[in-house]
Amino acid sequence: MEAKEAERVKVDEDRRWRLVNRTMRLHGHQPDALIETLHAVQESFGFLDLDSLKYVADSLHLPLSLVYGVATFYHFFTLKPPGEHTCVICLGTACYIAGSTNMLKAVEKEVGIKPGETTSDGKLSLLTARCMGSCGLAPAVVFDGAIHGKMSSTAVLQNIRRLLNHDD
Amino acid sequence: MTIEELQEIGKIEKEKQDGFKHRIHVCVAAGCLSCQSGQVKEALEKEVSRRGQESWTSVKGVGCLGLCTAGPMVAIEPDGILYQGVSVSDASDILEALGGPAVSRLDCSAHMPFFTKQKKIVLENCGKIDPESIEDYIAEGGYEGLYNALRIMTPTGVIEQISKGGLRGRGGAGFPTGLKWTAVSKTKSNIKFVVCNADEGDPGAFMDRSVLESDPHRVLEGMAIAGFAVGANYGFIYVRAEYPLAVKRVRTAIARAERLGVLGRNIFNTTFNFDITVRLGAGAFVCGEETALIASIEGRRGSPRPRPPFPSELGLWGYPTLINNVETFANVPPIIRKGGDWFAATGTDKSKGTKVFALAGRVNNTGLIEAPMGTKLREIVFDIGGGILEGRKFKAVQTGGPSGGCIPEQFLDMSMDYESLAKVGSIMGSGGLIVMDETSCMVDVAKFFIEFCMSESCGKCVPCRVGTVQIYNVLKRITEGKGKPTDIGLLEELCDLVKNTSLCGLGQTAPNPVLSTLNYFMDEYRAHIDDKVCPAGTCHFNHTEESQ
Ligand SMILES: Cc1cc2nc3c(=O)[nH]c(=O)nc-3n(C[C@H](O)[C@H](O)[C@H](O)COP(=O)(O)O)c2cc1C
Ligand code: SF4
Ligand code: SF4
Ligand code: FES
Ligand code: FES
Repeated sequence: MEAKEAERVKVDEDRRWRLVNRTMRLHGHQPDALIETLHAVQESFGFLDLDSLKYVADSLHLPLSLVYGVATFYHFFTLKPPGEHTCVICLGTACYIAGSTNMLKAVEKEVGIKPGETTSDGKLSLLTARCMGSCGLAPAVVFDGAIHGKMSSTAVLQNIRRLLNHDD
Repeated sequence: MTIEELQEIGKIEKEKQDGFKHRIHVCVAAGCLSCQSGQVKEALEKEVSRRGQESWTSVKGVGCLGLCTAGPMVAIEPDGILYQGVSVSDASDILEALGGPAVSRLDCSAHMPFFTKQKKIVLENCGKIDPESIEDYIAEGGYEGLYNALRIMTPTGVIEQISKGGLRGRGGAGFPTGLKWTAVSKTKSNIKFVVCNADEGDPGAFMDRSVLESDPHRVLEGMAIAGFAVGANYGFIYVRAEYPLAVKRVRTAIARAERLGVLGRNIFNTTFNFDITVRLGAGAFVCGEETALIASIEGRRGSPRPRPPFPSELGLWGYPTLINNVETFANVPPIIRKGGDWFAATGTDKSKGTKVFALAGRVNNTGLIEAPMGTKLREIVFDIGGGILEGRKFKAVQTGGPSGGCIPEQFLDMSMDYESLAKVGSIMGSGGLIVMDETSCMVDVAKFFIEFCMSESCGKCVPCRVGTVQIYNVLKRITEGKGKPTDIGLLEELCDLVKNTSLCGLGQTAPNPVLSTLNYFMDEYRAHIDDKVCPAGTCHFNHTEESQ
């Protein structure tokens, strides 16, 4: 049973690496494939760990320092594993004018973490963004990839409580 | 492909659509999708088939209808009825009402100034065509401009029309597009590139996103025409990774265009080849700056470098590169189709055509709008925008995002064009328009923008890396009620330094929001510093309050 599970995980991982490898192949393993490849890694695994950075550096014949430099320069890339659920609060101008800072404070108080952090039980990551292009619906919050517009502190907290309680 | 074949595709599509007595358009751009317009579309489709009226009623997904705040939006053609706030349970009533009077509880008057005061060139197809159908785009005259350019005109002739139209860059600075194209076309190189800047970093702006999501082929056509004009065979679209839907629609559009042969090799049976590749940004504002953008496409950190040499001489991998904004390219096909003179007939003396604005903030009608250059700010806020939320008092409009400024009430009657905006200490920017009312504290607004620039500074040069932090610290202390009387002078000095000694546009313009609020809202700064009060009631002074 356990061996089967391990096999399944391995096959699954192979499949995910295939996407990464395909991206590099598509770009002829040229240095300019780096950012596209990091996107593929993050899409497959949810974050960039040191092993994958090393793998990418080797495959594209780039120094690890350069790969690491690029991975840390861009805000979109994360080097920490995300929590089971994510809550992204938009701090772009439209959402700020609509009061997203207060919303963020309310969430920080509720879950006891700051933006960029994950709760100790690994259930929720709190993130912020600079505009998601839904400013017409400000303030906007993204829960697990789905944009919710016209949010309020109460609504955000409700959503978070629902996310956290659902999978017990 | 020949022009006859192209026109035939358009004709067949038109006939197919005209065959439907009722056409239901459901907005499936990001704004409405996030209020479940996808489900609304499904419900409408189901209801149509339940009633067995598929042969005379069509349901299709279209791009942004403009009034995003009232989504999901649905339009009924050819009657011109608009519905707002549509939910799944409204499907049956909407179908019942076809051909008769509109469902009154959903009716959103298409005659309100929000719609009638606009003039659409860039957005002419938004909300009309299915963004995933190339045939639909062709039925509206799409790719005819490219045909004309390739088969009837010369590269110089194309640039002439662009110059005659007076098109200026919509990415912020308003540089004449014709001049830029001329510069690239004059360089001697076998390899050249065309890059579309779809990084849209201004937080609070969504024009480029909407164009790419609603009418992606228009941008591809504009890029191909540009490629022909400057002698480039490769194009890149650099899109923010935060816009997954736009990325998907552009990729689909490229694939369809290649299949039809309007992109790729020997376009319209000429010797002209043009390929377009999508590149994803990764969440760095500075990558909107053209030299940083080039570094990013090359797979490096997005650090700007000094200009000159400009990308038109030394761009991607060292080759001449033309960089234009999404909206700039989106203006190109209609100019080539209808001529520079036609385009120049709209707008002001020095600013031609229209401008797309993302209207947001404390205004009733938030959404995507397009108005002729030179439209009065008051018309945009009060007619198109429908005035301030909850009947509150207008305070200011912020344009140009972190590089722009705040425009106070006294300039409400100003004309929206590049020069007038610069005169009042702001910039056109890419088109983000954020309306503020009396509940917004202008010192806090200044702090908000400088915090943005501080965290987005790439760190390459000292004035920007260190200066933005210093400015932020002073503003922070003022908003906490700990400001000193000397702080105003200190702010002015710091702003002056950062503005004049930073390497790239980010640092050079970062002080603008601070300077413009200092200029127009000094009384609010004074109130914070001298009286320890925040007139808008946004800032909270913890202990000082009681002691006053
Ligand atoms: C910090 C910074 C950010 C910028 N962001 C953008 C952007 O998001 N989109 C854009 O089109 N231009 C942006 N620009 C302007 C570009 O550098 C460039 O001028 C523009 O893309 C040229 O296109 P245009 O001539 O069509 O306006 C930015 C400039 C700076 C300095
Ligand atoms: S001074 Fe700062 S930015 Fe410069 S190299 Fe050192 S750590 Fe990097
Ligand atoms: S001005 Fe700022 S963003 Fe521009 S190069 Fe200098 S540090 Fe980087
Ligand atoms: S500012 Fe929040 S979505 Fe644009
Ligand atoms: S997103 Fe639907 S109207 Fe703008």
